[in-house]
Amino acid sequence: VSFLLTCPNCGVREVTDFGYGGEISARPRSRPTLRQLGEYNYFRRNVAGVQREWWFHRSGCRAWFIAERDTRTNEVLMTALPAAPGPNGGDAA
Amino acid sequence: VSRLANQPGELINRDKVIRFTFDGKPVEAYEGDTVGSALYADGRRTFSRSFKYHRRRGLLCCAGQCPNCIVAVDGAPGVRACTEPVREGMRVEHLNAQPGLELDVMRATDIVGGPFTPPGFYYKTFIRPRKLWPVYEKVLRHAAGLGVLPKQQPDREWRTEYRRRHADVLVVGGGTAGQRAASAAAERGEDVVLVDEGPVPIEPIPGVEILARASALGYFDGIVPVWQCDTLHQIRARNHVFATGAIEQPLVFAGNDLPGVMLSGGAVRLTELYAVSPGSRAVVATTSDHGLHAAAKLADAGVHIAAVADLRESRSAAAEQLSARGIEVLIGHQILEARGRTAVQAAVVGPIGVEGASVEKTFDCDLVVVSGGFAPAMSLLLQAGARTRYDAARGCFVLDELPPGVTAVGDVAGVDEAGADADAAAVAVPPPVAGAGHGKCFACLCEDVTAKDIKLSVEEGYDSIELSKRYTTVTMGPCQGRMCQLPAIRLMAKETGQSLEQVGTTTARPPWVSVPMGILAGRPFEPAKRSSIHGRHRELGANIKWAGDWRRAYDYGDPQAEALAVHRAAGLIDVSTLGKLLVRGPDAGEFLDRLYPNRFSDLKPGRIRYGVISSDAGRIVDDGTICRIDDDTFYVTTTSSGAGAVEEWFSWWLADWRMRVQLTDLTQGLSAVNLAGPRARDILAELTDLDCSPEAFKYLDGKQANVAGVPCLILRIGFVGEVGYEIHFAAAYGEHVWDALMEAGRDKGIRPFGLEPQRILRLQKMHILVGQDTDSESTPFGAAMPWIVKLDKDADFIGKWALEHYAEEEPATRLVGFTLPNGHVPTEGAVVMDAAGAPVGQVTSSRFSPVLDRVIGMAWVPSPLASDGSQVTISDEGTTMRAEVQTRPFYDPDGEVLRS
Repeated sequence: VSFLLTCPNCGVREVTDFGYGGEISARPRSRPTLRQLGEYNYFRRNVAGVQREWWFHRSGCRAWFIAERDTRTNEVLMTALPAAPGPNGGDAA
Repeated sequence: VSRLANQPGELINRDKVIRFTFDGKPVEAYEGDTVGSALYADGRRTFSRSFKYHRRRGLLCCAGQCPNCIVAVDGAPGVRACTEPVREGMRVEHLNAQPGLELDVMRATDIVGGPFTPPGFYYKTFIRPRKLWPVYEKVLRHAAGLGVLPKQQPDREWRTEYRRRHADVLVVGGGTAGQRAASAAAERGEDVVLVDEGPVPIEPIPGVEILARASALGYFDGIVPVWQCDTLHQIRARNHVFATGAIEQPLVFAGNDLPGVMLSGGAVRLTELYAVSPGSRAVVATTSDHGLHAAAKLADAGVHIAAVADLRESRSAAAEQLSARGIEVLIGHQILEARGRTAVQAAVVGPIGVEGASVEKTFDCDLVVVSGGFAPAMSLLLQAGARTRYDAARGCFVLDELPPGVTAVGDVAGVDEAGADADAAAVAVPPPVAGAGHGKCFACLCEDVTAKDIKLSVEEGYDSIELSKRYTTVTMGPCQGRMCQLPAIRLMAKETGQSLEQVGTTTARPPWVSVPMGILAGRPFEPAKRSSIHGRHRELGANIKWAGDWRRAYDYGDPQAEALAVHRAAGLIDVSTLGKLLVRGPDAGEFLDRLYPNRFSDLKPGRIRYGVISSDAGRIVDDGTICRIDDDTFYVTTTSSGAGAVEEWFSWWLADWRMRVQLTDLTQGLSAVNLAGPRARDILAELTDLDCSPEAFKYLDGKQANVAGVPCLILRIGFVGEVGYEIHFAAAYGEHVWDALMEAGRDKGIRPFGLEPQRILRLQKMHILVGQDTDSESTPFGAAMPWIVKLDKDADFIGKWALEHYAEEEPATRLVGFTLPNGHVPTEGAVVMDAAGAPVGQVTSSRFSPVLDRVIGMAWVPSPLASDGSQVTISDEGTTMRAEVQTRPFYDPDGEVLRS
């Protein structure tokens, strides 16, 4: 893969600057069933389309941020630092 | 050197002679020559031996497109002589021929081996007896291939560079159309890069960066890698213009691979650019006016044109002009055979549609010029997502749809830059093969695939072009289909009865140009981390090895004695590689409670607790100690190899939870040493005002104090099993603190110890090494650390849900210690077997313990066997041994020494 990402702190950089954190998934908030836990740990939606995902500016400011990327074209539609946490945590919680 | 008179566009400088060698023999050339033009001028006609049949091959395209002139230059194989500029003293050698180019014993494969070497022959001829395959393979591998990579170090030392370039527009191809497109884009104010691989210099264009003698290798998601000399430019442009031109196609006829058969463009290039006559007497075979123009040019340069065979049914104006010069133009004729022993001596032509010796005409000649029409060079466009269709009038596949941001200009787009009229552009589509009865007709020169081979592959069921490609390897050689794709498609259409449209093209894949692996690899970049004390380890003669990115002292010559010194007096080890994180803020305690299965919010300032990081799947990720410095500040150490990953892990959850915590990575900024042993306390006390008594400075206390005048954080921990002080301080003081401790310990028997004795010492205590004793399946329960998991914590924590589940279930295997009575130390990774001999676990660590005088280790064993006194069988590469399980530390099991 090869595309550009806009780090919210540093600006446009090559994708090789970044670490990929995978699609944003919801962490169980109360005790999950074994199946739910397995799905959370091991299953991904793997959408063909726009996906919200984590990125880490490994060779830059070392900030984690959120991107919306079209997995079919690698077009990055949006990047942003995570919003303030919700009542039960942040974006992934 | 025999040359023609001055040619108007020649690239050579006749005042400057360049000398090089070919197979050891001296060759003279002019500056501006290529290796190919110089050798041709020197009289050489055979440049290589073919891949499979070892047939002679000579210059064909003179444009770096065909495989015929591949040689080795200064030991590096895979260089095309026809485009490689001559350099003084360069060493050029032939490839793929034994003992030499002119006498090649493997030629036998062509003369007698024909029936044994059909497509897929290694699955047919060499299948029986099966036992002999290793022998066959060795012989085949030796016989095949295009040269040998140099093994001597000097030849391999070659520094290559990567360069990244962002541009508005990238233009590939510096011909008329490419230059025009680059110039127009630059005038619009755009940042333009123009790439050209040709030998003809391009005049500077304002606002355009020109990469000359550079080849675009492919199109990867908007990046075009461009190879130029020792540099790989990785060019990312918003818009791409491809002006890659069209490639003249050879004709498929008997003996079409004989030296002296040359594409019309090649013959003209030799004449015009290098003033080298391609031959003295030529037969020209063409499907368009292109060959006729070439015939006129060659005649101008003094080549006698014996005959011209024009495949078209009507006589063009160019043909009339040739006739007017007294040149015989045979309309409606095709070439059937090139004949000769080591090079062309005669050509046979005949009228189309009529067969038989009576209508064939044979001409003596030393040059056969062929022009089979042009195919657009679309590979890069196809890689970028362009689609094609078959154009019956032009007899080739042409561009149909282009992706956004991609433009094609010039010949590749079907635009004839010369502006020729419709009549002149008229092309006859050649038959898939002509003169098949006369001898081998090659569809693919790179891989020695004949028209007959493609027929056979269809008969054997490989009836699609992609299957035939994989079976016969047609289009898979160094020319990457430039010379063979269209002929192969025509042959497939003929043999399957399909239209060319139905047969279609094979998928275009990079690299478009043969490229040395070293260019793709780039400059080796192996950053090494060294601690601030590294110089001392070298002075002490340490055995220094890689440990991840770090260079570390494994031992100082005697790991056993070093381990014993820690037990009997004192040892000092550099542990600067430990990951060190400062976690600070009002929420710091709660943050760590959420990250670790155990609790840290209740840790008192000045105290230390061991922690294991688990993933949400309940698996062990890393471990280390955590010292609470004050209410808001925790000092976290991680494993050396996990330092980076733990920092990323912490900051990821912090980004998600948005707690009032600040993370600071101090791994590089701080150094650390571990002073351990019965005399460690005395040594430390000499260098600090701190009360080091066991009552004042207890096990798992963390204190800030000056040591040898340097502000330090001293952690009293026991990784190696003796009283130990892990001293952390600013890296700049590394050697100063090390020297002070060594000096203070001199009369107390201190010894520096390395990583290897540390591994013995920690194994005696069954302190795990994450990644050594654990893997991605290990849970704290299996790893015998259930006490680390505090499921009664109020807060949610990473791994809680999975660990709640694992807490209720008996793990299949558990990590235990074992001892062996005999002296054999099993290999780490040795197998633990059950009674039936089936593998049920493995040894993760094993050492001889000098203080215990026996072999100890740790292993994963089935839970029923994970109790003191159980016997397990270990199989180590054929040796079987009985080990006894032990679940408590081998040394100081109750921690009395540690706490003293």
